[in-house]
Order: sequence, then structure tokens, then C-alpha cells
Amino acid sequence: MANKENWGSRVGLVLAMAGNAVGLGNFLRFPVQAVQNGGGTFIIPYLVCFLLMGIPLLFVEWSMGRFGGKYGDHSTPFILSNMAPKKQFLWKYVGVFGIFTNLAVAAYYCYLESWTLSYTWHSIAGSFQGQTAEGIANFFNNYVLNPGTEAYAFWILCLVLNTYILSRGLSGGVEKVAKIGMPLLIFFGIFLAYKGLTVEAGVDGAIFSSSEGLNFLWSPTPGSSIWDPKIWVAAAGQIFFTLSVGMGSIQCYASYMRQRDDVALNAMSAGWMNEFVEVCLGAAIVIPISVGYFGIDWVIENTKNGGLGLGFRTLPYLFQQWGPVIALISGVFWFGLLFFAGITSSLAMGTPCMGFLQDEFKMSREKSAWTFGAAVFILGLPTVLFFKYGVFDEYDYWAGTISLVVFALLEIILFAWIFGMEKGWKEITAYADIKVPVVFKFIIKWVTPTLLLLVFIGAFFKPEGNDWNAVMQGRWVLDDGSVINTMLNNGLHKKIAATTDAAQLEELNKQLTYINLSRLLLVAMFATVAAMVYIAYRKRVKEGRWS
Amino acid sequence: MNSQALITMVLTNLVVAGFTAYFFWKVLKTPLDKPENDDIDFPHGG
Repeated sequence: MANKENWGSRVGLVLAMAGNAVGLGNFLRFPVQAVQNGGGTFIIPYLVCFLLMGIPLLFVEWSMGRFGGKYGDHSTPFILSNMAPKKQFLWKYVGVFGIFTNLAVAAYYCYLESWTLSYTWHSIAGSFQGQTAEGIANFFNNYVLNPGTEAYAFWILCLVLNTYILSRGLSGGVEKVAKIGMPLLIFFGIFLAYKGLTVEAGVDGAIFSSSEGLNFLWSPTPGSSIWDPKIWVAAAGQIFFTLSVGMGSIQCYASYMRQRDDVALNAMSAGWMNEFVEVCLGAAIVIPISVGYFGIDWVIENTKNGGLGLGFRTLPYLFQQWGPVIALISGVFWFGLLFFAGITSSLAMGTPCMGFLQDEFKMSREKSAWTFGAAVFILGLPTVLFFKYGVFDEYDYWAGTISLVVFALLEIILFAWIFGMEKGWKEITAYADIKVPVVFKFIIKWVTPTLLLLVFIGAFFKPEGNDWNAVMQGRWVLDDGSVINTMLNNGLHKKIAATTDAAQLEELNKQLTYINLSRLLLVAMFATVAAMVYIAYRKRVKEGRWS
Repeated sequence: MNSQALITMVLTNLVVAGFTAYFFWKVLKTPLDKPENDDIDFPHGG
């Protein structure tokens, strides 16, 4: 059964690509990164990294996808393989990342997405009305730490919804959701940004005005410097993760374009749309509203472990301060916005897996969608059942963070150095509807790989306290959050060694077991996909499709 | 809001919103009238 899917329209493709990039991180990760990395100082490195790493990677991934589509390939193993000389047979196994990552990320991301669906329902039902801040925080803690029937029901609903939409195909499913979801997301975001920018001290229980938060976000934090390497590593990391590059989903979406379609303008449009949502809307909601009610020190303290707490524990309480009607609207808009941000991304995670099954194992669209749904259910179950033992975070760390950086680094080496920049440049500029500045040829070959290497080193060898200035002075002690120490479970071992309480010790030992088991599961998942790629390769050889 | 924060916020928002609107407008306005024949074709194997 040949895979003959196509996009219905150009706008649909751009909105689906933008939806792929726009995720919960645009609203919850970006503002927190800015708060933790010098406020206004962060924005210049952030925009520079967008120009030097984000846009080039978008050009590369879009053109790789269109190149793959020319040969009927819709997933990275054989797209990469086709770009390399035949004797370099390992590239198809590098492409395994482009399927594995999507599968593993979808496994936990769909659960996260289901929280937004559940919270949208609770906002409509008025469950948060009259509750204290502590009551709403406890509601969230219970929901994720002791998942009950409701959490499972919303998770299954979310999985079925994703699978059904995927089974409807690109133009009949994914594109329709993007065309409805993205405009709604922007509308909801504009409403909430307006509310965020107009919080006034003394009105509706606010203690400070939102300008306190905006001052913090947009002016340099005293003592921060634009030359601080920590800020550059954080900015490069944020740009990398916000654009959904290094996943293989962009290549997959682009592989369904027609060969004479433009990639340059489409990539720019989708990339800037993501930036609009992140910078213009994402920065105007969570931080200004939270600072208005709790002050900047509280927000800094409570964002040390990320923005999820503010999004799910704090905002539902703060919306209640605006009266029942606005609270209902704000709750529905906030969680609805997060839901659309989530589903447009999770749909993009499904297509590479489906493309691979359709291309290599001749599955029908429907069958490949339900196979993907079943795999996500099985692989996602541990993240739901053992959330409190850190399984969810393990998936996020290894599949949703480290794999992306490794894959992006390898793919840009392939594109710029093995496929060759001359041919690569021709791929980017062919049928382009904008003139791509020739300086990008140099940037893609030299600057982007260097920045990616910086992100890679930043993750693998993160110094203690993320203090890169100490590294500059020759003191490089690894942080417990560095890849090396995470792999060795150093942080957890230290906690175990310091614990004297028997019950707590038992919990920590359980956590260690679950973390190691989840890593084994991820390795098994990668090995299974690699084995399937090998089988597909043998099939191609047998059928004479490998020349 | 202090003037430094205000200027940074307004400028950044204008630049980002401006580029977003410009590229999306171009996507909407540029017709797809490319020739059917595909004249860029590279052999497999880079």
C-alpha cells in the first residue's frame, strides 16, 4: 500500500508545522528560563541563537524532509541514509532517533496533555471556585502523584483522540486540527496576555502590579551579564527545544510536500510564528500574573524546578480572584490554549512512526495510527503509574532532551559536511519564495554545529551550580544534573547516603529501581526500532529498492 | 514599568510580531505556480 498522503494547503502545512513547534514550553519554559537567566539580559542571546541556530536548523530539516519525500521516504532512517554515501551504512541507525524520540516523548507527553484537558473540564465545571491556594495545589499533587479513575480516563481519551485524528490523515486530520487549534490558541493567548499586562496593585486582590514582573522579565537583572556563558547555554537550549528540531517530525511533515514546493519561506513563517507565541504571548501570562499576586521573590523561588507548578497549581487559584465569569473564561482559555499547544505537537510525533510503518511495512494509514496509539499506551503506562518515582522525568530527560541534541548534532554534520553544503544549499533554495541570505551557507556549515556542540557540552558536562564562569577559571566540577552524573544517579545516591529515616530510605531505593527500569525500557525501545529499521533495510534489498 | 524594560519589551515584541506577520502574509499571498518538472535531482548517496 503506497503512502500517497499530501498536504491540503500551504497554510495548513505552515500552521501544522507551527503547531508542532508551539508546545507547553512556550508558555511554561520560556518565561521561567528568562527569569532564571538574567531577565532582560536573556533576550539578546535568545534572539541571536534563533538566528544562528533555530532558523538554520529549520532550513536543514525542512529541506531534508522534502529531499526524502522525493524518494518516497517519510521518516528519518532512510532520509538520512539516502543523503549519505551507501558505504556509510550507519546513518540509517542514526535516523532511528527520529522515530524513537517521537514514540518515547509521545508516551509521556500525551499524559501531560491529558492534564490540560482535565483542567479545562474542571474550569468549566467550576471545581476551583472558592478553593484556597493550598486546596488547588493539593488537587494537582493528588492528580499526578496518586492518579485515580479520572486521570486514567482523561489520558485514555487523549490517546484515542490523537490516534483518531492521526487515522484521518494529514489533510483530513492533522491539518484540520492545526487550522482550528492555532488561531484559537493565539486568540486565547491574546486575551490572557491582556489580562496579564493589566494586573493592578489593589485591584482583585493583587498586591503588586504586573509591571513589577515585566520589569524583571525585560530589564537586565542586576549583576547579570550578556557575556555570561550560562545565559548563552540556556538561550541556545531554549531555542533548540522550542522549535521541536532534532526530533524527526519536521522532516516527516516536510516529506509530504510536493517537490516544487518552497521550504525557505514556509520554514521562516512557521519558525517566527512559534517565536510570536513564545515571546509576545508566553512572556505576558504566567510571570506577570504570578508576580502581581505573590511578588518576584516568591516566583523566583517557585520556578526553580520549572514552570509546571505555576501553570497548574498557581494560575487556577489566581484566576478565581477575577470573579466567577472571568475565572471560568480564563481557566478555559488557559488550559484550552495548553491543550491545543499540546495536541498539535503530539500529532506531529505520531506521523514519523506512521510514515515508517506505512513505507516499510505497507500498513494502511488507519492501521499504522492505531499501532502507534497502542505503542504509546503501553510505553506511556509506566509514566502514569510510577510518576511519583520519576519515570515521567526520566523519559523527558533521555528522550525529550538528550536524544534531541545528539540527533540534531549528527544530522547537521550529515547535511553540511557529508551530503555537502553546495548540494544542501541547492536543496534549501530550490523553488524558494524568498531570497535566502547567502550568509546562511556559512552559518549552517560552521556556526550552527558549534552552537549545537555548546548545547551538547552544556548538557553533558554541566558544571556545579551551572557556574560556567568557574569553568573559565579552570574549576570544572560536574553538577548532579549533568548527563554524566545523572547517568550514574549521583544525586540520588547522595540523598540515599544522607537519609536515616527507614521509610524515606525505602522510597528512595524504590525510586532508584524505577529509574533504572525506565532507562532499560527506553534502551529496549531504541533497540526495537533499530531492529525494525534493519528488517526494513533487508526488505528493501530483497525487493530491489536498495540501489 | 521602568523605561528600559518598556523599550526592550516593545522593541522585541514589534520585531517578532512584525517578522511573523510579514512571513505569514507572504505565505498567504505567494501563489503556487511552480513548473511541474523537478529539475533538482541528486543521486542517492550524497
